[in-house]
Amino acid sequence: MPDHIVTAFTDELEHLSANLLRMGGLAESMIMDASRAVATFDLELARDVIKRDRSIDELEVEAERAIIRLIALRHPMAGDLRAVLGAMKLAGDIERIGDLCKNIAKRCLELTGDENRAAVKGIERMSRAVSHQLQMALDCYLRQDIEAAKMVLDMDDDIDDHYTSLFRETLTYMMEDPRQIGSNTHLIFMAKNLERIGDHATNIAKAVYYMVTGEATTGAKVESRLADDEGEQR
Amino acid sequence: MDGNMEHFTQTKSSARADTASAPIKVDCQNIDVYYGDKRAIEDISLEIEDRSVTAFIGPSGCGKSTFLRCMNRMNDTIESAKVTGKIFMDGANINDPAIDPVLLRSRVGMVFQKPNPFPKSIYDNIAYGPRIHGLASGKAEMDEVVENSLRKAGLWEEVKDRLQAPGTGLSGGQQQRLCIARAIAVSPEVILMDEPCSALDPIATAKIEELIDELRERYCIVIVTHSMQQAARVSQKTAFFHLGKLIEYGDTERIFTNPEHGRTQDYITGRFG
Repeated sequence: MPDHIVTAFTDELEHLSANLLRMGGLAESMIMDASRAVATFDLELARDVIKRDRSIDELEVEAERAIIRLIALRHPMAGDLRAVLGAMKLAGDIERIGDLCKNIAKRCLELTGDENRAAVKGIERMSRAVSHQLQMALDCYLRQDIEAAKMVLDMDDDIDDHYTSLFRETLTYMMEDPRQIGSNTHLIFMAKNLERIGDHATNIAKAVYYMVTGEATTGAKVESRLADDEGEQR
Repeated sequence: MDGNMEHFTQTKSSARADTASAPIKVDCQNIDVYYGDKRAIEDISLEIEDRSVTAFIGPSGCGKSTFLRCMNRMNDTIESAKVTGKIFMDGANINDPAIDPVLLRSRVGMVFQKPNPFPKSIYDNIAYGPRIHGLASGKAEMDEVVENSLRKAGLWEEVKDRLQAPGTGLSGGQQQRLCIARAIAVSPEVILMDEPCSALDPIATAKIEELIDELRERYCIVIVTHSMQQAARVSQKTAFFHLGKLIEYGDTERIFTNPEHGRTQDYITGRFG
C-alpha cells in the first residue's frame, strides 16, 4: 500500500504499531519468566516480573494517547480506521496479559517450594504453549497475516485442554495430601490465568482478522466459545 | 485445517447492490460525456435510490460534477459537451429529445457551490420559479409556497420579518439555504447539490447537513462533495469516481470502513499518488 500523502500520518501509525509490538514482546517475556519463577522457585525473578508490569501499563497509556490523537487529528478512514481501532483493542488485551502475569508472579511468592513437581512442570508446559500462541498472534499482527490469525484461533482449544487436565491433576494431589491444598490452589489459579492469557491472544488474532479483512470472525465455533467465556465470568 | 472456515463465514455483499432497499429514482445507463474530443465520463451506469442521499466523491477532474450535471441536462448548455447513454427518471429517458429540459429542471433542482441568490428580495428569490412555472395562483397561494419552502429549508424563522430585504444581504450560509429553498419551491423530485458547503463555515455547514438529512424524507438527493467526512455524515450511498470512471458504488458505511477497491481505499485514506 502506498504511503499517505501526509507522511506524518504514516509515521504515527507505524510508531503506534511498533509500540504495541514492544508491549507484546514484554508480555511474552513476562509469561515465560513468571512460569520459570514458579518452576525453579526463583522468588527474585517473580519480584522482577511484578515490577515489569508497570512498563506495560505505561506503554498502554502512551498507545491510548497516540490513538486518541490519531482519531482527533487525522480522521482515519477505511483500513486506517480499522488499524487504529484494532490497535486500541490490542493495547487493552496486552495490558491484561501483563496483569495476569503479574498475578502469577505474586502467587509464586506464596508457594512453599515443595509443591508437586508434576503440577509445576504442567504450569511450565502450559505457559510455553500460551507464550507460543501470543507470539504467533503478535506475528500475525506484524505481518497482517490472516492465515496465521486463523491458526491462533485454533490453538485456543489446546490451551483449554491443558487447563482442564492441569485442574484435574491438581485436584487429585489435593485429595492425596490436604496439606497441599493451599499451594495447589495457587497453581490452579496460575493455570486459569494462563488460560485467560490464551483468550487475550485469541482476541488479538480476531482483531487482526478484522483489521485486514474488515469482517468480524463469525461462526458457530467462535460464538459458542464466546458464550462459554461469558458463562465462566459470571 | 478444514475446521478453520467456520470461524470465517464471509458476509461481504457485492459492490453493486449492498442492500436491497428503496425504489430506484434515477437509473443511469452507459453514460459517456465528451467535451470536444475528450472523453470526460466513460461508460458509467448507476442506480440512484429515491428518498435517500447519494454522495459522489473523487479527486478534482474525475467527472463527478459532469456526471451530476447529466441528471438535469445542464451539460446541454455547454457547446462542446456531448452526452450519450440513457438516464431514466421514473421510467422515462430524460435524454429523449422530446423532453423539455426546462420542465426537467423543475423536477430536478440544483444547488451550486457558491450561493447564487438572484439580486432580488428574499421573497422574490423563492417566488421566481413557481411564478414562471405557474405553480401558484394568487398572492395568498404564493405566500404559502414561499413560507413552506423557507420552512423546509430551515430559514423561515431567521427571515420571516424581512422577506422584502435583498437575498444577497444574507450571510453565506443563509444564502445557501435560500438557494435550497428556491430549489424546493418548484416541488422538484430530485435535488442535485454540487459542493453546497465548500464556501461555508462549519456551523453553516452543519445546518445545511441537518437540512439535507431532513429533506431526504421527501426527495432524492445527490451531492458532490470534496469532504469525505461530509459524504460519510450525510449520505446513505457513496459513489467513488476516478478519471471519468465509476470505481466503486455502495453503502456509505461500507465504503468508509471497508472499501472493496484499492483505489477507493487509497483515496479515502489520503494515499493517492
